[in-house]
Amino acid sequence: MRIFDPHIHMTSRTTDDYRRMYDAGVRALVEPAFWLGQPRTSPGTFADYFDGLLGWEPYRAAQYGIAHHCAIALNPKEANDPRLRGVLDLLPRYLAKDRVVAVGEVGYDEMTPAEDEVLQAQLALALEHELPVLVHTPHRDKAAGTLRTLDVVKDSGLPPEMILVDHLNEMTAKAVADSGCWSGFSVYPDTKMDVHRMIALLRLYGTDRVLVNSAADWGHSDPLKTRAVGDAMLADGFTEEDVDKVLWANPVAFYGQSGRLELDEVSPAADYAGNTIKRGVAP
Amino acid sequence: MIPTIRSYLTGDGVSWLDAAIAKIHADAGAIFAVFPAAGRRCGRGALDDGWTVDQAVRVTLLLELPLDGEPLGLLLFDLYAHGDAGERLAVLASLSVFDDAGRLGEAGLPIVRDALRTSDTRLIGAAMSRYGAARLPAEAYRQAVLKCVFTGVPLSGVAGLESRADRELARMMADFAKEREAAGRVVPPDIWPILERHPDLRAGLSSDTKGAS
Ligand SMILES: [Zn+2]
Repeated sequence: MRIFDPHIHMTSRTTDDYRRMYDAGVRALVEPAFWLGQPRTSPGTFADYFDGLLGWEPYRAAQYGIAHHCAIALNPKEANDPRLRGVLDLLPRYLAKDRVVAVGEVGYDEMTPAEDEVLQAQLALALEHELPVLVHTPHRDKAAGTLRTLDVVKDSGLPPEMILVDHLNEMTAKAVADSGCWSGFSVYPDTKMDVHRMIALLRLYGTDRVLVNSAADWGHSDPLKTRAVGDAMLADGFTEEDVDKVLWANPVAFYGQSGRLELDEVSPAADYAGNTIKRGVAP
Repeated sequence: MIPTIRSYLTGDGVSWLDAAIAKIHADAGAIFAVFPAAGRRCGRGALDDGWTVDQAVRVTLLLELPLDGEPLGLLLFDLYAHGDAGERLAVLASLSVFDDAGRLGEAGLPIVRDALRTSDTRLIGAAMSRYGAARLPAEAYRQAVLKCVFTGVPLSGVAGLESRADRELARMMADFAKEREAAGRVVPPDIWPILERHPDLRAGLSSDTKGAS
């Protein structure tokens, strides 16, 4: 089973996790920029964080045979801190980098005017840099927040296939499926979504445009939940092809829209036409 | 020596490179947009002497900057500091090329020192090119060689050892070897040439395959 975790915060994880993930079949991942347990207070710390997502973390991942990519953004919670508004000015420079395969995580936390402003500014940046967008939906008041997110995304001028709306549940899955956006499900040990509910949702909505992630971070979470979903799918009668679609082909198709995925070293057999490694070099 | 890159590029790659150079001539600030895009536009294949296509294209772009000395060093440091690994390696590779052209002086040393502070062995190795080897003060050079040995960067890629490996460096290598032997660990074989001229320092080291008798 080959696995692409489309949403995991490896900066907060250990090398033991990398080793266990590789053993479970994880060969590629996307680490979106998000908030940390401790709020930050200046744009400079974001620059260091982004540099880490582009430098140290992919280097670390490569030691364990895993291809690391990232998404870059100012997250909704910290969008509310006026001291951090300067982070928006840093973004164009980072969105130009190799291995930055999306703008994210953007979205809503408490649906404040500041969050609105920052979300819209970053959707415009995604359009300009031709990057897909990873949208976080709020933990509280999720259903209303998700509907509002879909409206804002529609108005942004970005086509729905460039948008992944994440952390969905039974209350929000249908609206996102109907919108034409990609649906993301974060499978957690206790909250958000568990393996059995995930299987039920896959039965209900099918495997098209569906991504499953562990969203593992500095909180109570488990980087092997992607594998657990794959095993549960097989036990429930899904085919190996279905599993490969959800856990590999779908994330590759979504983030592949950036033109910046580099998976050659991890998946020589992948049916993936968008690789850029040798592009432009004369034979 | 930087490879003449155009012959390795496709038509699209050459057009992109020419347009990128024109943008830099019109406004040096264009380097911030074109520098990160070089690999995607021109490729990343391997060339001779450890160069890659993206690296050679990036250095070609840097050489078009209308700057030298301190202002050049500051701009290179900024590109390096906010670059991904590929961009950082290209900036490090450019230092010797700029120095050969007499354009950089000591102004690239902060980049070398930063790379040597990282834990990324690719950056540590690249920092020990001709430029770093020629410009680092003796203590910093010795510490850098020790860090290479410690982190597994092969000394074959470290410039300047013929002229700069002194008795103090040999002493550091001998102590390092003793520590490794005491821990029952392998001593990297590439340290022995540094000890060659100092047989007294090799005394008591059992893993010296040439023997110190
Ligand atoms: Zn997250």
